Amino acid sequence: MDIVRVQEEVFQLSDVINELVRSDAGVGAVVSFLGVARDHNQGQSVEDLWLEHYPGMTESAIEAMVAKAKSRFEVLRVAVVHRVGHFKPTDPIVAVVVAGVHRTQAFDACQFIMDYLKIHAPFWKKEMTPSGAKWVDARVSDDEAAARWGIPPQA
Amino acid sequence: MELTLRYFASVREGLGVSTEAWKTQAQTLAQLRLELAARNDRYAAHLGTEKVLRMAINQVMVQEDAKLTDRAEVAFFPPVTGG
Repeated sequence: MDIVRVQEEVFQLSDVINELVRSDAGVGAVVSFLGVARDHNQGQSVEDLWLEHYPGMTESAIEAMVAKAKSRFEVLRVAVVHRVGHFKPTDPIVAVVVAGVHRTQAFDACQFIMDYLKIHAPFWKKEMTPSGAKWVDARVSDDEAAARWGIPPQA
Repeated sequence: MELTLRYFASVREGLGVSTEAWKTQAQTLAQLRLELAARNDRYAAHLGTEKVLRMAINQVMVQEDAKLTDRAEVAFFPPVTGG
């Protein structure tokens, strides 16, 4: 089965990979993406990060993206684990893991899901910087990355 | 019709409310947004048409011309920034 989880708890990428691989003996290639909280953004240092989401909608939006990826690419299993709450630099935020028979489609599906998630999953980041707390602005480059796949911009 | 309104992130913080019940005659999301922005200065500042907002009806992102339905959950929020 595919995995979609939104949680506060820290996860280990290796655990997610193992869970996915063991669910299907036909898997021959696994591609993973790990998004991490970094200590700077747009020239400012970031001490702490807060991530808010829309419970219920977040899960259904990600499930819809996973379904789109699976109908578009030849892949077997997909896992998306996204954390919310408080983060310190170096903490993992999101893992996208795609398992397939061969690598090419798995690479593409992983990037497709991540590009889709960036502009259509209802998460919001707030950064604590030396000059105060600030909600992060959406980036035009994220819309452009998604447009390469034909993914429409945010509604 | 009766709606449940939900606000997230900077919109929630700016309005000082995360959810509220609302009765309206508005037919579309755009009409509802104008009605809410007319409530007071705070709502005007955070829901006014000059603000770039995303909207969802029953937890699906939609455009402003989307039709409202009775008992719908309507959410207003800034462009998303996850991942």
